[in-house]
Amino acid sequence: MIRVVKTKEKSSRQMMLIRLGAFVLALCAGGLFVLALGYNPLEIYGTILSGAFRSEMAIQSTIKFMIPLLIAALGVTLSFKMKFWNIGGEGQIIMGAVFASYFALYHANWPFPVLFVAMLLGGIVGGGLWALIPAFFKTRFGTNETLFTLMLNYIALYLVSWLQEGPWRDPNANGFPKIPSFAPDTTLPKVLGVQMGWIIALILTAVLFVYLKYTKHGYEIAVVGQSKATAIYAGMRVDRIVMRTMFLSGAVAGICGMVQVTGSDKTLTTGVAGGVGFTAIIIAWLAQLNPLGSLVIAFLFAVLEKGASVVQSEFGLAIDCADVLQGVILFFVLGCEFFIRYRFVIDGAAPKKGGKTDAAH
Amino acid sequence: MLLIKFLVAAIGASTPLLFGTLGEICSEKVGHLNLGVEGMMSIGACAGFMVGMQSDSFLLALLCAFAAGVMSALIYAVLTVTFLADQNVSGLTLTIFGVGLANFIGIYMLERTEDGTLKLGEGITQAIRAVHIPGLSDLPVVGELLFSYSPFVYLGIVAAIAVSLFLSRTKAGLNVQAIGHNPAAADAAGINVTFWKYTMILLGGGICGVGGAYCSMIINSGVWISDNVGGLGWISVALVIFAKWRPVYAIWGAFIFGALRVLKYYVPNTVVSLPTAFYDMLPFAMTALILVISSIRKKRDRNLPGNLGVNYFREER
Repeated sequence: MIRVVKTKEKSSRQMMLIRLGAFVLALCAGGLFVLALGYNPLEIYGTILSGAFRSEMAIQSTIKFMIPLLIAALGVTLSFKMKFWNIGGEGQIIMGAVFASYFALYHANWPFPVLFVAMLLGGIVGGGLWALIPAFFKTRFGTNETLFTLMLNYIALYLVSWLQEGPWRDPNANGFPKIPSFAPDTTLPKVLGVQMGWIIALILTAVLFVYLKYTKHGYEIAVVGQSKATAIYAGMRVDRIVMRTMFLSGAVAGICGMVQVTGSDKTLTTGVAGGVGFTAIIIAWLAQLNPLGSLVIAFLFAVLEKGASVVQSEFGLAIDCADVLQGVILFFVLGCEFFIRYRFVIDGAAPKKGGKTDAAH
Repeated sequence: MLLIKFLVAAIGASTPLLFGTLGEICSEKVGHLNLGVEGMMSIGACAGFMVGMQSDSFLLALLCAFAAGVMSALIYAVLTVTFLADQNVSGLTLTIFGVGLANFIGIYMLERTEDGTLKLGEGITQAIRAVHIPGLSDLPVVGELLFSYSPFVYLGIVAAIAVSLFLSRTKAGLNVQAIGHNPAAADAAGINVTFWKYTMILLGGGICGVGGAYCSMIINSGVWISDNVGGLGWISVALVIFAKWRPVYAIWGAFIFGALRVLKYYVPNTVVSLPTAFYDMLPFAMTALILVISSIRKKRDRNLPGNLGVNYFREER
C-alpha cells in the first residue's frame, strides 16, 4: 500500500527547485491547453513575452497592469499572514476608490498636493473601514470572515452602481448611467511615462517588508497566524491585533483603489477592481506572503496580463486566458508544496530503515 | 395573481442556489470547505451550454455539465485530499480558474460564430422550458405553482431529497458524516476515508455543475453571456450555513434567496421605490446578516462537520 510520510526539512535551494519545476509544469499544462485549441503554444508564449516588452509603451503598459496587482497583493498579505481569510480585496479596493473619487469629483478646486493627501486618506479610510466590519464581527462573535468579506464585495459593487445611476450620475452622458470623468488636474501625474502609482506601490512594498519583518506589530501578526493559543498565552491582545491588521489590510487595498481611479481609470466605474482583489490572493500566496516576493510575482502576472491582451488582439484568444494560466500555476505550486513536506512510500516494497519518520506507523 | 407569479419566479430563481448549496453540503460533510463552487458552477455552465448548443440534447447537456463539475472538483480533491494543500486557497483558485476558463471558452466559441451570439437551439429550449403535464398544469393556481417549472427545478428537489436520504438513512451516509466529524476515528473504524472524501467532493462538484447549467441555459433565455453564474456560487456557500448542513433545509434557504433575487420585478413602484442597485444588493446583504446572526447565536450546530476545513493526515492522528 502507498502511504504518506513527512520528509526531512529540505534545503531552501531544493524548495526553490521544486517550485520552479511546478511553475514549468504549469506552463506545459497551459501549453497543452493552447495546443488543444489549435494554436502553437510557443508562439502564444512568445507573443505574451514580446507583447509585454516589445516597445517602451508596452513596458509602460505592463507596469500599469502591475500597480494594482502589487498593491492589492500587499494588502492581502497582511491579513493572510494572520490566517484571516480576507477575500474582500475587491470590496476594499472599490470602497477606497469611492472615497477617493468623492474628493476628485467634488473638491477638484483644491490645490493638488492637498487634494492628493485627501484622496489618499480617503482611500485608506474607505478600504480600512470596509475591512474593519468583518474584523469586528469576527473578533466579537466569530463570524466567518471568508464569506462575510466576500458578501461585502458585492455590496460595495452595487453601491457603485447605485452611485452611477443616482447621486453621482453624469448629467452630460445622454442618459447613460455613468460617473463623470475626473478633471485633468485631479488625476495622478505621470512619472517616467507611467502614472505615479508605481512609486506608491514600491514605497508600500518596502514599508510592509520592514513592518512585517522587523517590527513588534509584524511579529504579533506572525504569531497570531501560527497559533492563536500561543499568542494569547504570550499575553497578546489578539482581538486588537486582528482589528488593527485588518484595518491596515483594507487600507492598503483602499490605496490600490485610489491609485486605480485617480491614476488609470480617471473615473469611477463598477469595473474598478475588476478581479484584482482575487488575483492578488494568488500573487500573495505564490510569494509565500513576502512583500518582496509579491513584487516579483506581481511583475510576472502583469507581463502575463499585458501579454494576454496582445494575444487577444493578435489571435482572438480572450484575455481571460491570463486568469486560467494564473490558476493553473497556483494549482501546480499548491500541489508541489506537498513534495516539500511529505513523500510517498510503498509499504513492503521499500525495506524499512527504521528511520524516525518511517517508524511512525 | 402577482403573488403567484412572484412565487413561481422565486422558485425558478432558487434552483441554481439549491444545486450549489447541495453540492457544497456534500463536500463539507466530509470536512472539505470548497470555496470553488462559483468556479465549478461556471465550468458546468460552460460545458452544459456548449454541449447543449451543439447537440440540441438536454440529457447530454446535463450529463456533460455534471461531468465537467466532477472534473473541476477533482482538481480540488487531488490538491486537498491527496496533497494536503490549504483548502481555502485551493478552492479560491478553483473559482478564479473556473470563471476564467468558462469566460475564455465562451469568447473562443463566440469568435467562431457568424452572427456573434451563442444561442441554444429550438429542441433543447423546448426541453428546458416549463413542463406541461396535461390536466395537472392546467389546474388553476395549483397547476401554476406546482406543475409549471423547468425540469431543472424538479431535478433539484429530487436531488436534495436523495442526498438527504443518503446521508441520514444509509450506512454509507452515516460513515460519510463520521468522516466529517472525526476522520481519524472513522479511519480507525475501518471506513475508507480517502475513497469517501473523493466520492463526496466529486459528487458535490457534479451537482454544482448542473446548477451552473441552469445559469447559462435558462437565466439569460438561452443566450451565452460572460460571468453567467454571477456570484450565485458564493451565495450557495453561505447558504450551507443557513441550511445548517441539511439538504432539505437547503430547499427553503434557496427559495428565500431566490425570492430576494426576483423581488425587484414584483414590488410595485407605487408601494416602495428603491433604486434597483439596492434590490441587487439584497441577497448579498441578507447573506452577510445571516452570517452575523448565526454567529451571535453561538450554539454550535450539531450538524456542523466538526473537522470542517482541516485536512486529514493519517500519520498525525
